[in-house]
Amino acid sequence: MITVVWAALYIAILAAFTGYEVIRRVPVLLHTPLMSGSNFIHGIVLVGAMFALGTATTLPEQVLGFVAVVMGAMNVTGGYVVTERILEIFDKSKAKKGPP
Amino acid sequence: MTDLSDVIEGVYLLTVLFFILGLQRMSSPSTARSGIVAAGVAMLIATVVTFLTPGLSNLVWIAAGIAIGGALGFVAAKRVAMTDMPQMVAIYNGMGGGAAAGIAVVELLIGPRFSTTGGLSVAGGLIGAVSFSGSVIAFLKLQGWMRQRPLTYPLQQPTNLIVLGAAIVLGALTVAYSGAFLLPFFLLALGFGLLMTLPIGGADMPVVISLYNALTGIAVAMDGFALGNYAMVVAGTLVGAAGSLLTLVMARAMNRSISNVLFSAFGATEETGVAVQGTMKPIEPDDVAMMLAYAQKVIIAPGYGMAVAQAQHKVKELMDQLEARGVTVKFGIHPVAGRMPGHMNVLLAESGVPYDRLFDREEVNPEFPTADVVLVIGANDVVNPAARRAGSPLQGMPILDVDLAKNVVILKRGQGKGFAGVENELFYKENARILYGDAQETVGKVIQALKQIKD
Repeated sequence: MITVVWAALYIAILAAFTGYEVIRRVPVLLHTPLMSGSNFIHGIVLVGAMFALGTATTLPEQVLGFVAVVMGAMNVTGGYVVTERILEIFDKSKAKKGPP
Repeated sequence: MTDLSDVIEGVYLLTVLFFILGLQRMSSPSTARSGIVAAGVAMLIATVVTFLTPGLSNLVWIAAGIAIGGALGFVAAKRVAMTDMPQMVAIYNGMGGGAAAGIAVVELLIGPRFSTTGGLSVAGGLIGAVSFSGSVIAFLKLQGWMRQRPLTYPLQQPTNLIVLGAAIVLGALTVAYSGAFLLPFFLLALGFGLLMTLPIGGADMPVVISLYNALTGIAVAMDGFALGNYAMVVAGTLVGAAGSLLTLVMARAMNRSISNVLFSAFGATEETGVAVQGTMKPIEPDDVAMMLAYAQKVIIAPGYGMAVAQAQHKVKELMDQLEARGVTVKFGIHPVAGRMPGHMNVLLAESGVPYDRLFDREEVNPEFPTADVVLVIGANDVVNPAARRAGSPLQGMPILDVDLAKNVVILKRGQGKGFAGVENELFYKENARILYGDAQETVGKVIQALKQIKD
């Protein structure tokens, strides 16, 4: 029976390779949305911040937990909107493509 | 384990799957938008089911925090101009890092500190805090609220190293001995992020933003370990790997190592003692229009100056005018032109330039010798032939070979040097002409003049 930490390490190694392989062939054109999109994905930190605040009992813990939730939520919505706006542009510029 | 926990874990598993599929779909322009929507839906569901976690308290405060942070992030991101996107990416990344650091500190306060999870929390807290304060400095520099030039002082790197070392020692003491070390540990970690970013200049920001993105991902993964949340472990590691790869690509585009970008305060000193032969020859908008009107092929090489002057819409108009006259127009995009990876592509796409006219450095370089006119709009170091000369600070940096074209017109505001502080030998070449002024205005004048020219 392996411990939880070891299992998590195996998962992390696999995730690192997945990240590398998924990104490897991205064209320069998409570097900005890719960076912004991965910026959004680490917004999952919000879930961790919810745990932290949800298990906080003393005032300093609660204050820090609350700040973490606010920051995490900003990361999520801001990251999503920025990425979506950039990709919307690419959609538009494709639609405007002139006659062949 | 209750049934509810199983449901929550199942949702997290699906969330991670959607993140991976979403990222994969973002590797092609036609599927990219569906990718971010998939990831967005997954994030929303993951957030909602987290409320159902057994034993979670302070639910009202959690909801309030999400509402406040969510609204702030949403409104700011909606309102910001496209030219300000680099600093937006930087600040939202900083928020993620700050949240990761906050989680780590809360976990260390709740305890147990002397454990594997305590160690992981310290690591997550350190990396998250560095990413937070570093990203904030990057934001301030990009927003123009701080000088973009590197800020240097004597013994800077030794000082930074000592601060980092002290932060690590205090982190270790926090785990091993007492929570009393937690506050100084946290402050030093924040201080290191700040000190590390001060000597990094504006033109190196694509590398820095990308690096802090990777660091936040790693911090989130560390917190995930400590909390036993595998969704955070996988998502954080994904971003850490993707961000590291992108950072390497950016540094390689400048032929510099990442440590050189981070620690050399590039651009703080100017090269002296190199005399450049020739003179800078100015040109008027009317003459540029004439040149362009009778060209077969025109290549446009944009840089950060185009973003500053917000000239991308005028540039698109110029492209339309020229294409109406039967001139072939292409754009040559250097990977590190601008202030974030792919910056120029986004601006030009925003103004409506179809992305099949945008070409990478490798694709466009063979085309310069057959181009009649190259327009360099607000780019400097990425077109400086000094990069081919031994001894130049730019030596070895792959550039756009614009000097091989028949005519080169450089649109620039004044006599200033590029970010690297190196005199641009291109400006003195026989085939080069300088069109002085704000790029938005000068391109506008060229368009007006073009309209006057009859076939």
